[in-house]
Amino acid sequence: MKRFKQKFNKIALKLIFSVSITTAVTIGVYSYFNLEAQSDLLVSEFERHANQLSSTIIKSTRTSMLDYDTETTHNIINTVSEDQCIKDVRLFNKSGVIIYTSDSSLIGTMVDKDAEGCYSCHSTEQALSEAPIEKRSRIYQLNPDSSRIMGLMTPIYNEKSCWESDCHVHPESQKLLGVLDITMCLKEVEIAQQESTVKLIVFALVSILVLSIIIGFFVKRWIDTPVSNLMLATREISAGNLNYSVKDLGNDELGILGRAFNTMTKKMSDARMQLFQSDKMSSLGRLAAGVAHEINNPLTGVLTYSSFLLKRTKNNSEIQEDLKVIVRETKRSREIVKGLLDFARQSVPKKHNVKAREIIDRAASVVNNQLILKHIGLEKKFDPDLPMITVDADQIQQVFINLIVNASDAIEGDNGKIVITTSLTNLLPYGITQIKTAVCKNRHNLIDNEIKIESMPTVKLKAEAGNNSGYINLDPIYGKSRHKYNLKLNSGDDIKISCPRCDISFIKEREQCPKCNSSIFTFESPPNGMFEGCTNTNCDWQRWQAIDEGGQKTYVKIQIEDNGSGIQSEDLSRIFEPFFSTKGQKGTGLGLAVIWGIIDNHNGTITVESEVGQGTKFTILLPVT
Amino acid sequence: MYDILIIDDEAVINEAVIKIAETEGLKIDSCTNARDGLKKLEKDHYKITLCDIMMPEMNGFQLLNEVKSESINTHVIMITGFSTVENAVKSLHMGAIDFIPKPFTYDEIISSIYRGLEFCNLQERIRNSINGNDDDTIIYVPCPPKYLKLGNTSWMNLEYEGAAVIGVTDLFLRTIKSLSSVELFDVDEILIQGNTCSTLLTEDEIPHNIMAPIGGKIVERNEKLLENFSLLEKDPYFEGWLYRIIPADIEYDMKYLTPCSTDRV
Repeated sequence: MKRFKQKFNKIALKLIFSVSITTAVTIGVYSYFNLEAQSDLLVSEFERHANQLSSTIIKSTRTSMLDYDTETTHNIINTVSEDQCIKDVRLFNKSGVIIYTSDSSLIGTMVDKDAEGCYSCHSTEQALSEAPIEKRSRIYQLNPDSSRIMGLMTPIYNEKSCWESDCHVHPESQKLLGVLDITMCLKEVEIAQQESTVKLIVFALVSILVLSIIIGFFVKRWIDTPVSNLMLATREISAGNLNYSVKDLGNDELGILGRAFNTMTKKMSDARMQLFQSDKMSSLGRLAAGVAHEINNPLTGVLTYSSFLLKRTKNNSEIQEDLKVIVRETKRSREIVKGLLDFARQSVPKKHNVKAREIIDRAASVVNNQLILKHIGLEKKFDPDLPMITVDADQIQQVFINLIVNASDAIEGDNGKIVITTSLTNLLPYGITQIKTAVCKNRHNLIDNEIKIESMPTVKLKAEAGNNSGYINLDPIYGKSRHKYNLKLNSGDDIKISCPRCDISFIKEREQCPKCNSSIFTFESPPNGMFEGCTNTNCDWQRWQAIDEGGQKTYVKIQIEDNGSGIQSEDLSRIFEPFFSTKGQKGTGLGLAVIWGIIDNHNGTITVESEVGQGTKFTILLPVT
Repeated sequence: MYDILIIDDEAVINEAVIKIAETEGLKIDSCTNARDGLKKLEKDHYKITLCDIMMPEMNGFQLLNEVKSESINTHVIMITGFSTVENAVKSLHMGAIDFIPKPFTYDEIISSIYRGLEFCNLQERIRNSINGNDDDTIIYVPCPPKYLKLGNTSWMNLEYEGAAVIGVTDLFLRTIKSLSSVELFDVDEILIQGNTCSTLLTEDEIPHNIMAPIGGKIVERNEKLLENFSLLEKDPYFEGWLYRIIPADIEYDMKYLTPCSTDRV
């Protein structure tokens, strides 16, 4: 039962079920009315047939009646009654006395005027003399097993030939001479009705079945399969398998949902990795702090006692040497504990504005001797236009010292080289965002729909350099400088840029391009504030503050690359963990974990790429504020 | 009357300090929690009290507050773990005369103890001179009123363009024996408030660490001092300066500094 319920809870089955019900109801109602109409038609056809038969009997007995030839009349009626379909033919006079009938024993008996057939005309005291055919007919069943029977009464009216006939049975004053009552069985009609009922039911069943199969097929294909794929994916994801992805589900809404699902999973997976790392780091940090505090007290005991002994045994040089080792090593332990606490320190770094190169230079000067001793060349490739970064210079310096020392440790032989590169990266808006609106101060539209770059409308600006004037069509992508010029400009020219409609100047007074010191132009791109660019044709400097602020941040990217032994790929994911060390006894394993913590505290990221035998590259991104 | 009371919840530390003190011929008493310590302080006179900050029930700060509010005649030296340098600086602001980071060596603790005892003597002499029992020799030169100081150890003076000069107070120098050498950090090194910024070696071969009054980057150091360390003793507030630094977070560090104008009696 539960299984059935589960099965029924599937969308596909629900859809098929509801469509089947709708079809069944529609076909049922249609069939019902159709059958009703059909049987009405058949019955009225039968009535017509009986009526015709009645008039035929009346007409064929007319001659024998006029001749008062009862024998012939009897014969005719008997002959007609022999027909299988005709049950009985009766002829009775106005007073209800049966005069002719196929069953001769009944001749001369009275018809019961209250009986079913008479009722149509004799419902009132005064009998109707003329009734329509449907009033004259009746359908009844003698017993439940037999087929139904239809009776039809046909009145026989007086005519001139009747009262003028030689027998003088009917006087002229008599209006109605008698009634012919014919009863026929409806077996044929019933068979026909049954047949069409069966046909309709079969048709209804077949069409419901076919419809269900067709709908089922498409529902399975378009809904059931993709939905169960998605279901499977959600189950996998909820079970923790964030690497699972839904296979391509086509281009309809479910396909889009599937792709969105995959994107979401990917992001979740990334976020979980970050969170996992961050969580691991912070819990390890707490653990480290706890351990450090616990160790601190016994360490104090060891250090005080050993240094105390060192004082007391001044005359015993043999013991002195050994004690000095104890004191020295305990002091080293003290430094390790200090390192642990540095790693665990939750306090906010003390930040101020500094130049990245200054910190790197300082770090490099600290380790310079070590590098010279190992014959390692240190190459610095600094981007001269880097903005200041807001960091705790002390901590960041520690990061660089650690990374350079690590790099030099990884280098064996005499051809060692460490390269430090700094550059600026704009992660999102720059190079992607499109300038969609541009107006001058007089609200003139600067967007040019005729000249396009990569099928995007450009920004049309008027440019003047000396006597030379024309237009510049600015690349609409922020950060890409594929501008179109319809005038010749040299890079050194003093260029005036203005609105093509009202000539209002776009040049920003008292401000120069930070890259090449040329003058800069600016216009508004509502609602995203001012857009700025350099007038120098060889300079690609642009700034769009609102977009920069709103979207992704600008980062200073610092890469430290060595050509040392590299890191095994299985170690790469673990190198930022505390106590993970590949240096064996030499290191404490705290260095990279501390580095990770410091960079994380600065809202930056640190990543590593490495190839065994080729070298290692650390990339640090620090946000520019 | 005792010289020292040591309060630490770790018995091993108490024992070690007792041994060290007794080796130096000092009279010392100990207890393992601050409440017992307070009782002892009320009963007896201790020149200095060494007290751990992190203790169950009553911590070092609370003890310091009690000592101050009850006007107990003792000078408190805080013992602290590494992570609580900030707390230690705070304790100086609250009236402790010094602090020793754990774990410490014989020299580190004994130098602090001797400075503390000498500080007591100086205070005694000041009290006597006020009462007119002593001749009016200058006991120590107070630092100029516009300077700021960290505890009684070091001073700093804000200069033009945001730089600051830092140095050692005369009071600190008076608590140690004659200098035999001065160690200074290099230019460009970073100082952190409350951490060692220089070590003074005295003739009795005891190193005395100077705490940086504020954090920042060293831009200049007093090279003359390395040639002639007597400058420090002669003119600690002007010619005997240690470093010129660019402060890292002056507003934050200033919270724990006291104006030297409060030094005047």
